[in-house]
Amino acid sequence: MKRLIIATIVLFGLAVGMSQAGSVYPEIPMASGEAHPEGNEYWRVNHMDLLRHDRDLTMREGIRDTDASIAECVTCHAVNGLDAKPVTVKSEDHFCRVCHDYAAVKIDCFQCHNSIPPELSGASLMFKKQANTLEVLMAYIEGLSR
Amino acid sequence: MNIPKSSPTGGCGGGCPTKEKGADLHRRDFLKSGAAMATVTLAPGVTLMSMGSGVAAAANPDTRWGLLIDAAKCPSDCSACVTACSDEHGWENNGEPTDPQWIRKVTLKNRDTGFENSLPVMCQHCANPPCVDVCPTGASFKREDGIVLVDRHTCIGCRYCMMACPFKARSFVHEPVTGQKVTTPRGNGTVEGCNMCVHKLDRGEGTTACVEACKITGNNAMIFGDLNDAESDISKALANYPSIELRADLKLNLGVRYQNI
Ligand code: HEC
Ligand code: HEC
Ligand code: HEC
Repeated sequence: MKRLIIATIVLFGLAVGMSQAGSVYPEIPMASGEAHPEGNEYWRVNHMDLLRHDRDLTMREGIRDTDASIAECVTCHAVNGLDAKPVTVKSEDHFCRVCHDYAAVKIDCFQCHNSIPPELSGASLMFKKQANTLEVLMAYIEGLSR
Repeated sequence: MNIPKSSPTGGCGGGCPTKEKGADLHRRDFLKSGAAMATVTLAPGVTLMSMGSGVAAAANPDTRWGLLIDAAKCPSDCSACVTACSDEHGWENNGEPTDPQWIRKVTLKNRDTGFENSLPVMCQHCANPPCVDVCPTGASFKREDGIVLVDRHTCIGCRYCMMACPFKARSFVHEPVTGQKVTTPRGNGTVEGCNMCVHKLDRGEGTTACVEACKITGNNAMIFGDLNDAESDISKALANYPSIELRADLKLNLGVRYQNI
């Protein structure tokens, strides 16, 4: 419960912060590809649980067409560095670090998982989401408006 | 264009981000793959899910994946399977005692006759795996389709499983790792071993990196397949020719079988 409250406060801070240009709040980099049908708010708050839940599906049951695949996160959410190549999580500009650094969250996922988009086609990333719901559009527009 | 994210009074006007509870995540998951899965409600709260036939999917309890290795066809100077595994999964063995070793070539020598056999040894994917018995966190587990894996998200690196394994099939990652293969995340402080290329199987490829490499060399010493399917190549070969399990005395019922040793 405590975590939930903290998360809500932090995320509310982020939401307010993002609408105030030039503030100390983190600037969340733009993503490519389709936005999440559930909307940005939902993903800001629930991404860790989705990841954990779908991780178990893949790991334990071999189900791979999940919504939350960490390899897919870092593909759509890749951030290019000065060399025009996607930065790894070593860089504080990495998508997964902007909020976490701000909120003092540390994750160990990238000790094992690669933090840049898979260059090999063999990784067979599958985007199963159905497009064109109103929420996708809203999330996209919201992204643009920043 | 500006979409207000919250009302200026501080309330979120019903749009407050709320955290989804476990049950909702599960419900969401049931709904998620609607196209490929049929969900039948038997009674309130009791559901039955079945995969559509088009899904090359998921650990199937009717399957038991296995390997058959013919030592007579495995030349002592060939290690194509080991190289292929290392390339596929991104591990490297430079001969240090602590280097990872998902698969290795072993030489057996008959002291009386001097006859030598060369064969690859990897996780034998036991039906009764001792590594699973001893794991204190449940990280070491057997998938429905018989593949024995380490869930590295719950592995604490205690290495009991390495002690328990009669085949020395697992190794421990001693150093930080970078540049991992996307399909094989691996990192410091956890135990790893042959995963029968689960990422390939779940994609429906029905083969492993080592077996493919062995085919390319022309030796064809390895057969991969479903031990539960009487029509599979591996089941036919097992039915028609003698084969053994390593350390059969332990009665572990191995998924990897050998011929001509
Ligand atoms: C010690 C190594 C390790 C760490 C640390 C780790 N993972 Fe994993 N992860 C794996 C392995 C191994 C797999 C299985 C990959 C496979 O079977 O294809 C996996 C699979 C997954 C999957 C399913 C595959 C995919 O790409 O979606 C998800 C989701 C996932 N991990 C999330 C996480 C998250 C979130 C964290 C951090 C909280 C994390 N992992 C930390 C090793 C690790
Ligand atoms: C198909 C591409 C795609 C994938 C895969 C993807 N995202 Fe997104 N994500 C987006 C888009 C587009 C947005 C909308 C905001 C934007 O444009 O930056 C978004 C928004 C978000 C937001 C809200 C950002 C904000 O502005 O507050 C979070 C958090 C997020 N994603 C996390 C994840 C995580 C975690 C994963 C992996 C499980 C993931 N995403 C996978 C495309 C993707
Ligand atoms: C919109 C901001 C934001 C972005 C972008 C973001 N996160 Fe988070 N994440 C958070 C916040 C805030 C928390 C802490 C919530 C809490 O403590 O309950 C968190 C927590 C987590 C946790 C749980 C950590 C723990 O110790 O339990 C994981 C795992 C995680 N995030 C993974 C990711 C990954 C992977 C990415 C990149 C794909 C990502 N996050 C991007 C805001 C974000």
